Amino acid sequence: MRTLAVVSAGVTVPSSTRLLADRLAAAVGGQTEVSVEVVELRELATDIAQNMVTGFPSPRLAAAIEQVTGADGVIAATPIFTASYSGLFKSFFDVVEHDALVGKPVLIAATGGTARHSLALEHALRPMFTYLRAVVVPTAVYAASEDWASAGGDDLAHRIARAAGELVELMTGRPPSAAPPEEQVIPFEQQLAALRLPRERE
Amino acid sequence: MQFGIFTVGDVTTDPTTGRTVSEYERIKSMVTIALKAEEVGLDVFATGEHHNPPFVPSSPTTMLGYVAARTERLILSTSTTLITTNDPVKIAEDFAMLQHLADGRVDVMMGRGNTGPVYPWFGQDIRQGIPLAIENYALLHELWRKDVVDWEGRFRTPLQGFTSTPRPLDGVPPFVWHGSIRSPEIAEQAAYYGDGFFANNIFWPKEHYMRLIGLYRQRYAHYGHGTPEQAIVGLGGQVFMRKNSQDAVNEFRPYFDNAPVYGHGPSLEDFMAQTPLTVGSPQQVIDRTLGFREHFGDYQRQLFLMDHAGLPLKTVLEQLDILGEEVVPVLREEFAVGRPAEVPDAPTHASLKAAAREVSVG
Repeated sequence: MRTLAVVSAGVTVPSSTRLLADRLAAAVGGQTEVSVEVVELRELATDIAQNMVTGFPSPRLAAAIEQVTGADGVIAATPIFTASYSGLFKSFFDVVEHDALVGKPVLIAATGGTARHSLALEHALRPMFTYLRAVVVPTAVYAASEDWASAGGDDLAHRIARAAGELVELMTGRPPSAAPPEEQVIPFEQQLAALRLPRERE
Repeated sequence: MQFGIFTVGDVTTDPTTGRTVSEYERIKSMVTIALKAEEVGLDVFATGEHHNPPFVPSSPTTMLGYVAARTERLILSTSTTLITTNDPVKIAEDFAMLQHLADGRVDVMMGRGNTGPVYPWFGQDIRQGIPLAIENYALLHELWRKDVVDWEGRFRTPLQGFTSTPRPLDGVPPFVWHGSIRSPEIAEQAAYYGDGFFANNIFWPKEHYMRLIGLYRQRYAHYGHGTPEQAIVGLGGQVFMRKNSQDAVNEFRPYFDNAPVYGHGPSLEDFMAQTPLTVGSPQQVIDRTLGFREHFGDYQRQLFLMDHAGLPLKTVLEQLDILGEEVVPVLREEFAVGRPAEVPDAPTHASLKAAAREVSVG
């Protein structure tokens, strides 16, 4: 079975970010069989801050990072704070190894008080995951306060279904996530030889 | 097995008194600490090399030469010597000179240095850290082994007909350790030359260092220097001790909480659980240190970090008394138990000289 990691950076309990993330995960689950693991960043806030200071993750943060980097697909959801992703959301991805999400299908989602902030998904989250060389699905899902009020057949439900479909297509179109390869050693002679090559002409 | 101390040489305000020692006091303290290491029966004193405040030891062979003159048995080493930003020619000369003055009681640990601006200050680029370490060491290795060197590389002015003086004492270059906290390339380099590999084993979880040491041991055998178990491994460690473990915790906590590197981060308890730091009774330090063998295999050198984070000199000297009187004698005995006969001791000038003679006779 494929695995789906849901990263939620909502800070209240319950949170609308988590609610959106759960709806997205359910929509993915409705289209293909997945096992879902949720990483609530709120519960890891102190561990993440400590990782910033010490340079290594606590055991439970390491376990959460492994859930995300080992999954076949990721839903990454954050509240929009001060025109961008929350600091907690960014901090989590700051402590993940930079090449750990290469090629990973990612669905980005955000919540906010007003729809005016919806493009933060496109100018903040999408470039961040592009930098990490993850594959971000075309449909990003933003839920403003008013979206939770509109009845069935609404825009939000459509966007959730479309984004989930895009993620499922990426997740099922690639081989299941394997353990990362063992560290490759470059033999010493090769390292030396690389230095002995004639200098390139400027 | 060798036991000793290594120092970063930081000038850090004592958080319990607000007092900051002068550079003069810190430098003199480092010497006092080195002399104390010999007095309490330790084998090795190693100093760091830094070129930015708040660190004082920019000129390790000056300090080690002074210590050499005032000690009889102590092996003088570094933790580390910057192979990236120092001219390898100057390293060859400085350490050969020190070797003569110290009657061979010298080895050296190569490191890259992780302070970005230091590289441009010395005309280098941190992005070339690994290639610099590889090329500069290849030259250093040759300078100590060939009387006349013709050489051309990427990073340094070419040499024609150059002889590094003085020649190594008795024609035996100082033993070299390579220190690294994250680079498999450096483990590979150490293995290739049959040199020692040192993992500082502080500040990070042990699993991190186990990976590199495992790789070093395997590649050491690959290059035909012996079995993986015979590779020359050194480890760091950080401890603070009092007779009663709660006294140690209470006394060390303000230093921990405000220390450079990890201060203002995790709790002392979490950090002790997650990294090799041990704060407690001498027996706790003994038990924890003996545990290193389970994770890294039988090894050759154990160095402790004892004097950072603003600890006053008086406290550090007390720590060294405990280390020398209560901890190291037990560690020597216990580490010897069950140690396979084929696991060698750390090379010394005497052992390398004897081995060289054997080769030339045989």
